[in-house]
Amino acid sequence: MLHTLSIGALSDLLGRREVSSVELTRHFLARIERHDAALNSLITTTADQALAAAADADRRLQRGETGPLLGIPLIHKDIFCTEGVRTSCGSRMLDNFVAPYDATVVERLRSAGGVMLGKANMDEFAMGSSNETSYYGPVKNPWDISKVPGGSSGGSAAATAARLAPYATGTDTGGSIRQPAALTGITGIKPTYGRVSRYGIVAFASSLDQAGVFARSAADAATVLQAMAGFDPRDSTSVDVPVPDYAASLAQPLKGLKIGLLAEFFDGLEARNVALIEAALAVYRSLGAETVDVSLPHLPLSVPTYYVVAPAECSSNLSRFDGVRFGYRCADPKDLMDLYKRSRGEGFGPEVKRRIMTGTYVLSAGYFDAYYLKAQKARQLITDEFRAAFTQVDLLLGPTTPTPAFAIGAKVDDPITMYLNDIYTIGANLAGLPGLSMPCGSIDGLPMGLQLIGPHFAEARVLNAAHQYQLATDWHLQTPRGYE
Amino acid sequence: MSLTRQEVEKIAHLARLSISEQEMPIYVSSLSSIVDFVAELARADTGNVAPMAHPLVGLHQRLRGDVVTETDQHERYQANAPSVQAALYVVPRVIE
Repeated sequence: MLHTLSIGALSDLLGRREVSSVELTRHFLARIERHDAALNSLITTTADQALAAAADADRRLQRGETGPLLGIPLIHKDIFCTEGVRTSCGSRMLDNFVAPYDATVVERLRSAGGVMLGKANMDEFAMGSSNETSYYGPVKNPWDISKVPGGSSGGSAAATAARLAPYATGTDTGGSIRQPAALTGITGIKPTYGRVSRYGIVAFASSLDQAGVFARSAADAATVLQAMAGFDPRDSTSVDVPVPDYAASLAQPLKGLKIGLLAEFFDGLEARNVALIEAALAVYRSLGAETVDVSLPHLPLSVPTYYVVAPAECSSNLSRFDGVRFGYRCADPKDLMDLYKRSRGEGFGPEVKRRIMTGTYVLSAGYFDAYYLKAQKARQLITDEFRAAFTQVDLLLGPTTPTPAFAIGAKVDDPITMYLNDIYTIGANLAGLPGLSMPCGSIDGLPMGLQLIGPHFAEARVLNAAHQYQLATDWHLQTPRGYE
Repeated sequence: MSLTRQEVEKIAHLARLSISEQEMPIYVSSLSSIVDFVAELARADTGNVAPMAHPLVGLHQRLRGDVVTETDQHERYQANAPSVQAALYVVPRVIE
């Protein structure tokens, strides 16, 4: 049962030659073959390349090389450029796009000996909270295939939850790692803005986008983040701050840790969700942590702020898709304007077009000050309030999502209701803070997530607090039925 | 505030997006509700606040030295282009 083991346990087996990377890779490829027709979590499976990479990892192991990810399979969200492999970003626009280079994250995990099994399904251009906007069809939640897995990194989450890979990469612009991690019962971390290179990640909203990890525990996530994080001169917003040893601080006791409870996170929260958070707090108190009530009065403005800033940046970033240099081109354009308009009109799906138009509107003459500038000021207020809160507390704790996974199709016709799924996650993106979601119980048989938010560059503290919770509880070990 | 069909057509033109007859009413209504939703921002007292430029205090966009770091890889990059001739991207005639 190789798929039930942690990354650390798999690495030990590989190191002792009790299993080879090729065997491990075949095991996970067989699981993909068996389960993914129902889940649709992958857009592309790269079996041949995976077996070649595994054979290479086995040679490295044979030579005595060691490394925590050497020979371990993974899945990349299809937003990361992978040289020679289609990088679709879940869009018809890039259905034929074969990336000419690797993203920094891809390059780093490859040199660490990671074996890519394939590219995960996702909301088109990472715009969605349910993985229903993908050109390649919705991803199903392994806990109940009539439910969404969350989004936008829904394929990465579903695949990790279904044990189709030990871990997967994702990106989080407004909650796209934490929300699907919550809805599929796994651990997901979005690092500080600038901690992981954005080079080679198809851009959505450049001031918010950040890459991170889906894994089945905080300890596994720490191992992967260690390999991904660090300065990259090819990303102009990458931050040159040393990366601490995340594994080393996992064992730190939580005695005296000050956990902040945001009034705004609990205002209107459903009773069953409150009960889960209370139970988690009881665990933290038993571990020696203290709780402190804090308030961020402007936090309720996060969602409207985000839905100005993110579409504005998206409208600008996605102007590069012009039907000329790469991507989809319409048939028989009658002139250049027709080529632009129809290539974009036919190549983008409805939600992407909606966001481009929202962004175009808020940036247009006469509306810029009222919307875009106002939103950037509100963003500053929210960020200042977070910063002030972190002078009183070490971490903030709250729910990841308002509800468990909802039915496929339930919210597709109502963008605002869909946008409100990210009500608890967006704040961390606006302020550039690290956030993690991990399972803390269930509602109606579906997993729910607990969110931890830390100050800038406090990933080690966030992972430490999550790991200590996971040592004291077993929510993270629960597996959806049929995938044990 | 409700957006009119003419306003949405103008936005679509600015964004270089063709929108079909059937899709248009859906965008008119959903974009109107999004604009109403984000109008909530007007309530925020942002009097003395400077618009945010970077989430991390004291950090700004890095500049690199003005040196050539890229090599010519046009063949590789143009392999993804819909239409190329003599290393040039081909589009419909622009000048009559």
